[in-house]
Amino acid sequence: MTAPTVTLSGVAKRYGRIEAVKDVSFELEQGQTVALVGHNGAGKTTLIKLMLGLIRPTQGTVQVLGEDPARGDFAVRQRLGYLPESVSFHMALTGRETLAFYARLKRVDVSDIAGLFERVGLAPAAADRAVRTYSKGMRQRLGLAQALLGSPRVLLLDEPTSGLDPALRRNFYELVSGLRSAGTTILLSSHALTELEDRTDRVIIVNEGVAIADGTLEKLRGIARLPTRISVTLADGARIATPNGGQVAWKAVRNRTFEAEVAPENKISILRDVTADPAAVAALHVVEPTLDELYAHFLGGRGMMR
Amino acid sequence: MNNIVIVARKEIQEGLRNRWVLATTLLLGALALTLSFLGSAPTGNVGVNQLDVVIVSLSSLTIFLVPLIALLLAHDAIVGEIERGTMLLLISYPIGRRQIIFGKFLGHLAILAFATLFGYGTAAAALAMTGTEIGLASWWAFLAMITSSILLGMVFIAIGYVTSALSSERSTAGGIAIGVWLFFVLIYDMALLGVLVAAEGRPLPTGLLDGLLVLNPTDAYRLLNLGSGEAGALSGLGGIAGHTGLSGPMLVAALIAWIVAPLALTLRIFSRREL
Repeated sequence: MTAPTVTLSGVAKRYGRIEAVKDVSFELEQGQTVALVGHNGAGKTTLIKLMLGLIRPTQGTVQVLGEDPARGDFAVRQRLGYLPESVSFHMALTGRETLAFYARLKRVDVSDIAGLFERVGLAPAAADRAVRTYSKGMRQRLGLAQALLGSPRVLLLDEPTSGLDPALRRNFYELVSGLRSAGTTILLSSHALTELEDRTDRVIIVNEGVAIADGTLEKLRGIARLPTRISVTLADGARIATPNGGQVAWKAVRNRTFEAEVAPENKISILRDVTADPAAVAALHVVEPTLDELYAHFLGGRGMMR
Repeated sequence: MNNIVIVARKEIQEGLRNRWVLATTLLLGALALTLSFLGSAPTGNVGVNQLDVVIVSLSSLTIFLVPLIALLLAHDAIVGEIERGTMLLLISYPIGRRQIIFGKFLGHLAILAFATLFGYGTAAAALAMTGTEIGLASWWAFLAMITSSILLGMVFIAIGYVTSALSSERSTAGGIAIGVWLFFVLIYDMALLGVLVAAEGRPLPTGLLDGLLVLNPTDAYRLLNLGSGEAGALSGLGGIAGHTGLSGPMLVAALIAWIVAPLALTLRIFSRREL
């Protein structure tokens, strides 16, 4: 097993009286896609700035690719990609000039940037227009293109999909999964939770500067023990099965449609009972707790971890 | 390519694109042409070398205009980028904050030097083309005037950076920059004049006068260009120049100190600023 690419241990950051981050520790492994989830002002951006070495922790240590990112000649930043929240550029320059400027700073061959425009889906015609004329989505793509300069080993993306339409989001996540298989560590912060599902290996939930939950989606679901929602629409003339001594509280939602919230351990047996007579069931939906619900659960403090 | 050169190049590119370079060159050129031809009308051709007259007019123009242009260019350099959000991305790159400031300084200097050289150069070229005979000494004085104008511009670019590094908003930086301009270009000299009047003709101690002249970069510039030779006689500043113990190299050194100190202060403030 390789050494973790990013290590935070006991990190705290204080701005005057405000404690933006309090005692956060985690490690990010190579090739992992991690979602950093939290409210606005929860400390996500501060954590990303700490990992970039833009600010120094008040306490604790930050290690990125084995080095302190805030020290030395910033060589480690050559292997880092960063997309700031609501990224902005110099309005007067064209997209190509902008990317060439950043490529030179990163010592990346300027001839490589044509391929990057293609990768993020910016047409060559758009690349030669002034950034002033770009839409929000196009700026975000340009932002992503600069983050990808020099094939970074660690990508830190702050709210990468805000302002993107659904097609662009899908495009973005395709790009991310391509990078993941290439071994890039990707940290993306978000409060749009539903779209992160199935796209992240791990979720870290931060609230008021504290990481209140950290693990795979499955693990967090297990800890939270949130109920699964089962909704059944019965065929004509059938009756709802009520085994388990009537433990399942079926609720009639519409005509012949019933819903129940069941604990994870009962889920399978209930599904078996409901589907015992396939002819009786017209439709069946099983809704696992979403990331949103999980998030609300951990923020509610009912399932404090650590 | 060095990081400083990369940043300077981008500043120049931006200056060309948003027409800063064009506007300042045209402004300086148009004013220089106007001054040199209107200014030569009253003197006619009576013995005085025409380029010397132009040097006197252009120096006076420089004192007002070059600091203003420099401050307008510079006050936005740091706080503007922070406000627009481009600074955050820039400092996440493998570049030191020092290099960012030096790069910007080099870029802005290039823009200002270009505008001064070509703006004022047109005046001299036009004069030469109209068939006026210009001595070698006058050419040298003209070149010295342009060089010192660029030095004065550098001073105010550096001062503009200090206001930019200190302010948390662009508008504040702009306000301070205008205040700085008013102080050095107008208020300081009026106050100095007031002191001289209050002294009722008694000469101030030379040391004090020297100090007061060097404490204002525009005065150092004025003395450097108008205090000696033909220009001194034309501008009437020769009188003051005779009283001070300030030589040309000393005045140049004062201007250089006025560039180095604000730049050092900018670096200090900017490297401590958290974004």
